[in-house]
Amino acid sequence: MLSKSQARTFFLGGTVVTFAIFLALSWNSLVNDVPRQTNPENLSESVIRGKEMWESNNCMGCHTIFGEGAYYAPELTKVYERRGEGYIKAALMSKVPWAPRGRKMVAYGFTDEQANDMVEFFKWIGEVDLNGFPPKPDVKR
Amino acid sequence: MKYKSQKVAYWFFAAAMLLLVLQIVYGFIMGFAHMGYDGLHSVIPFNTARAVHTNLLVVWILLGFMGAAYYIIPEEAQNELVSVKLAYIQLITFLLVGVAAVTGYHLNYWEGRKFLEIPRPLDWLVVINVLTFLGIILATLYKGKKTTTTALVLTMGLVFAALLYLPGMIWFDNQTLDSFFRWWVVHLWVEGVWELIMGGILAFLLIKLTGVDREVIEKWLYVIVGLTFLSGILGTGHHYYYIGVGKIWLIVGGIFSMLEPLAFLAMALFAVAMYRKGEKKHPNKLALAWTLGTAILAFTGAGLLGMAHTLPQVNMYTHGTLVTAMHGHLAFWGAYGMIVFSFITFALPNLTGRKLYDTANGQLAFWLSNIGMLGMTLAFGVAGVAQVYLERKTGLEFGAVQQEIEVHFLVLVLCASMFATGILMFIYEFYRHGSPNDEAIGMEEILESA
Ligand code: HEM
Ligand code: HEM
Ligand SMILES: [Fe+2]
Repeated sequence: MLSKSQARTFFLGGTVVTFAIFLALSWNSLVNDVPRQTNPENLSESVIRGKEMWESNNCMGCHTIFGEGAYYAPELTKVYERRGEGYIKAALMSKVPWAPRGRKMVAYGFTDEQANDMVEFFKWIGEVDLNGFPPKPDVKR
Repeated sequence: MKYKSQKVAYWFFAAAMLLLVLQIVYGFIMGFAHMGYDGLHSVIPFNTARAVHTNLLVVWILLGFMGAAYYIIPEEAQNELVSVKLAYIQLITFLLVGVAAVTGYHLNYWEGRKFLEIPRPLDWLVVINVLTFLGIILATLYKGKKTTTTALVLTMGLVFAALLYLPGMIWFDNQTLDSFFRWWVVHLWVEGVWELIMGGILAFLLIKLTGVDREVIEKWLYVIVGLTFLSGILGTGHHYYYIGVGKIWLIVGGIFSMLEPLAFLAMALFAVAMYRKGEKKHPNKLALAWTLGTAILAFTGAGLLGMAHTLPQVNMYTHGTLVTAMHGHLAFWGAYGMIVFSFITFALPNLTGRKLYDTANGQLAFWLSNIGMLGMTLAFGVAGVAQVYLERKTGLEFGAVQQEIEVHFLVLVLCASMFATGILMFIYEFYRHGSPNDEAIGMEEILESA
């Protein structure tokens, strides 16, 4: 039967080996994947300001982006492609809660400039190569 | 209870119960909002309710872990905590940071990074606080007479959890990198180091409740935490499928995260086997019920329901839908919520000297909360699967889908009411134990043999 010290060796060995592989794979992702898939050269000041606004207003507390966030409001990864600039800016600049189908969004009342930054952020987000996410609907209605 | 200083654990548990009640209140606000009743929107918009709900969850669980550590470490190390005063200060300051964070969430002061909404300046206070906590634990271990495997695994879990908080504090301009390192906190916590903490607490409880030989229990503890890291570290890849990093993660994450349930399966088999093997019939039947319940529901919620959506082919469709919320609820409750409840149920009679071992109220609390949570999981699951099909398969618009599935949130709120009733009864039993006192020292053995 397995002894306690063998069990400990299994624990320590498994941890060290898998952690080393994990670090190597992570390094590979940072050095190779991120430059190739996320277009870091397009991270303009405007995009970065957009990201700051995305965070400081906790947009992720209702929406998802890259499929991460909350499930109360639409996935926004491809929102630029789906809705276009005009619609997004209208939602962000509205002084009363934007409420398609009755579900309310916070009325941020952003300025034109701020709304532009958010649009730039969404444009950049939409161009990231996500290995095929979000999936294309494939069942006929 | 054998040492005076263990009493401090009681106050950590009491604080945890208070925060759980608040968490549930904000859960109801969200449940109603999903049903279409968002009357509180102008005061508590959904994102505020959500940040409060999930952060209070993490904080009460951490308080439970800390309380358990303050109880377990003196007993394992055979030494009083090095400073009780510091432990109280640590509790109070931890709560103050929590109050500041939650207040901030109502005033649009936060960082919209799921589960890590606490703003960076407050993060630093958390770091200082946790260092104090670890200082007390490590010093007590160091000065103690013994360092057992159980204490070691528990402490390792706590130390790693603190270290892993740090990658989440780095700022990135690139959303992909932001997400990449956010998972070093969130995933490596719940599917890594927290399992060490859980395993340590579970081993301690099984030693006490079943009387099986410590060496046997601690051997299996190593096997369990070995399985955890073997699968869980590379299993992080299941969050890297679709965030803008390479396809290698589809393979690595897929394979290793499919293995993650093994650790939870091992825990369940282990708990049941030790229960069968045990000679000792501990009178605290409720604690035993919670302990076995934890092992089983953790496997169900984390293991089985995690496995259900962890393959890339499935996750492509379920990623970021209510299916995730289904799994999130039963996993957090079944593993970490319940292990804290198990420990509280075990420790309260020892801390207070009142043997409320097997009361009708306590039984009812157990069944109502667990059946309620299973019902909630089902409601989220049905809503989630319908959402996946309508939105991701047929391409129906988000808002239209949400209207289709509103009714499932009625079911959610009903089951949540049952769950909440169970929790309130548990808290009533907690209250009935009275406060911890020195007269309870050494009474554990007498109570057990009675
Ligand atoms: C006690 C342990 C666990 C807890 C507390 C837990 C909790 C959670 C939570 C809260 C999320 C949502 C995270 C977010 O979107 O920010 C999540 C996601 C996920 N979990 Fe777990 N989990 C546990 C174990 C597992 C296990 C063992 C597996 C796999 C076998 C698993 C598979 C997944 C997957 C695939 C996702 C991503 C869902 C998505 O793409 O939206 N989990 N988990
Ligand atoms: C009365 C009880 C509860 C209700 C009504 C409730 C309801 C909800 C709702 C509506 C959400 C948000 C889903 C969304 O983003 O749209 C949520 C999120 C969450 N809740 Fe609860 N909840 C309750 C209790 C609990 C308990 C006891 C736990 C853990 C032990 C828990 C853990 C979570 C987690 C981890 C999330 C985030 C899930 C994710 O992002 O995938 N909740 N809850
Ligand atoms: Fe995970």
